[in-house]
Amino acid sequence: MAMTEPVAAAIDGGFARPVFEAQHVFRTVMEAMARPGSVHPVATSARPPEPMTPTVGAVALTLVDHDTPLWLDTALAASEAVREWLAFHAGAPLARTPAEAHFALVSGPAELIALENFAQGSQNYPDRSATIILTVEGFRDGQALLLKGPGIETETVIAPHPMPRHFVEQWKQNRARFPRGVDLILAGPDAVACLPRTTRVTAMEG
Amino acid sequence: MYVAVKGGEAAIRNAHRLLADRRRGDRDLPSIGLDQIVEQLALAVDRVMAEGSLYDRDLAALAVKQARGDLIEAIFLVRAYRTTLPRFGYSVPLDTAAMLVERRISATYKDLPGGQLLGPTFDYTHRLLDPDLAGEAAPEAPATREGEAEPMPRVSDLLGRDGLIEADGDADTDKGPADITREPLEFPLGRDGRLQALARGDEGFLLALAYSTQRGYARSHPFVGEIRIGEVEVEIEVPELPFPVPLGRVRVTECQMVNQFKGSLKAPPQFTRGYGLVFGQSERKAMAMSLTDRSLRAYELGEDLVAPAQDEEFVISHSDNVQATGFVEHLKLPHYVDFQAELDLVRRMRAEFEARGEGGVERQEAAE
Amino acid sequence: MPREREAEINAARHRRMAALAHADGARIAELWTGAGLPVDCEVLRGPETGLVMLRGRIGGGGGRFNLGDATVTRMTVRIPSGEIGHAYALGRDGDKARLSALADALGQSPAYRETVEARIVAPLLAEAEKADRRRRGETAATKVDFFTMVRGED
Repeated sequence: MAMTEPVAAAIDGGFARPVFEAQHVFRTVMEAMARPGSVHPVATSARPPEPMTPTVGAVALTLVDHDTPLWLDTALAASEAVREWLAFHAGAPLARTPAEAHFALVSGPAELIALENFAQGSQNYPDRSATIILTVEGFRDGQALLLKGPGIETETVIAPHPMPRHFVEQWKQNRARFPRGVDLILAGPDAVACLPRTTRVTAMEG
Repeated sequence: MYVAVKGGEAAIRNAHRLLADRRRGDRDLPSIGLDQIVEQLALAVDRVMAEGSLYDRDLAALAVKQARGDLIEAIFLVRAYRTTLPRFGYSVPLDTAAMLVERRISATYKDLPGGQLLGPTFDYTHRLLDPDLAGEAAPEAPATREGEAEPMPRVSDLLGRDGLIEADGDADTDKGPADITREPLEFPLGRDGRLQALARGDEGFLLALAYSTQRGYARSHPFVGEIRIGEVEVEIEVPELPFPVPLGRVRVTECQMVNQFKGSLKAPPQFTRGYGLVFGQSERKAMAMSLTDRSLRAYELGEDLVAPAQDEEFVISHSDNVQATGFVEHLKLPHYVDFQAELDLVRRMRAEFEARGEGGVERQEAAE
Repeated sequence: MPREREAEINAARHRRMAALAHADGARIAELWTGAGLPVDCEVLRGPETGLVMLRGRIGGGGGRFNLGDATVTRMTVRIPSGEIGHAYALGRDGDKARLSALADALGQSPAYRETVEARIVAPLLAEAEKADRRRRGETAATKVDFFTMVRGED
């Protein structure tokens, strides 16, 4: 009978208390999006299959559902357990192309395709763009990025790693498409930070 | 434009308390139960489900009770509730040919396979008020007739065999059917999006539009090909199971309206069809929907666009009674500042008008 | 597992789930108590109530369109012997979903399959069939029997 059932790992590891945990994560992501670059702790009981991290799993369970096509990067898409876990707990369909996805889950930001491949929204509906969730190892040891813009009083610094290749240049192009463009959620081991499309990013010297 | 005003909290609180009291009515009478509403006001419940766009009898009954029988208010309550629920998915399309039929009639074929089944209809009643219903008298048990269940093919399938009626049309594109609950309305709509809007549209509005087409505003020579009411199975495909999961049954009303069509450059003369499908037992709504569906196909069929019922943007933009009531009823919200501005403007114009009038009189006097 | 065997198992499971989905929650609970079936399980999901958008077909058989939502409650449990059971049904009855998910799990377990079949599924199906037959009979009594009058053609 096992062949008619998803592997057990795909069925375990959802939120223990779905309503409260989803509210906590949503509130945290909203705060992080409102104050770009600030790092917010996330505690979660979500235990998705490898290589998806608990923080990415928690953000996915909070934000994606049946109405939000999802794009997975190569490493996540290669895992049947990950695909089934998302199908069972979030119900999200997989997008055929990055341009159709409302959300993208990325386990290896350094190998990510260019941001311009994802849905950018339209002039009339800039909200029809992708939110990309990047798995990062931390917010201190990468290239230091100087952030300015709405939600930041003067300026702030964040150094997440790993990040997409040529990130500063790609982000400049993303800014240039405003009000179109993608938004980023950086999911660390136990915290999140966000880079909405309104944030200006420059590389810091040294 | 309206402005935020503070104050009135106590008045609002007491108004709601008064509403609750008036809703309850005479406290010496027993409170009406949801099961009584479901069983004895079944068609009101059906209308709330259809236009609330949510199939759940108990919720619709609760809404009817909470709204004191105001069905549009009840529909509003149901629409608000459904926005709080996550969506698990989309069902496998309902198979109305496999319906457990409770009523089925055709005005085009007398001897159709499966027969004409009147079911629990108001037709042929004399519309005389029945004083017995004011009491508790129990009605007779329904008559029954034993026999094998006959298959009841859809009349449109019978007519379709000789090619004199248009087919059901192509399967949808791989983009999937439009969903007006997820994407903002953008005109022109496809027929799929229109049918979704009509299925939840206001029965009175659609009835009036359908009536207008019969009275000559976009004539379509309609015949009821078939009306069927009954229960259909619902199934959904889910990722965790290798077969479509059965969910239970829902009652729906389906109407196939058959219309004469003279033909166009592209299509030979034939019968075309309008389609109606509605939650619950609601024959009037299903018929009005099918007539409106057909009239809205005027552009597709190359007919002259001459009547309101053929104007998609007009019909669909005004068919939703929750939107309509929201915009009409918002006028009772405080508009004090706007009105002050308008009042100033009218006073100024009036003063100018009067000054001009007096001046005119003066000039006339001077001329004499 | 051979393909036919798998299809047979899926068909039995589909039939079981249909019997439960159609049934009244209180009736399932009554049969459950009578059968003395266990209720121990680990909850993997739910019971949660959500929406399923019901679809029709244009003209009855053409392209799909969205008709309107229905409330649906679902639940997934694992019984101590390891089988996982799912339940989906129209409505908002969480207790019904729990027993239906248990029945799905126990129905896969060799120790309980026969009891679930005989004490839960079979009675529910028999009751549903009886109710449908009565309803068909009531509708059939309203069938119009036409008889042709003499035509006035000559």
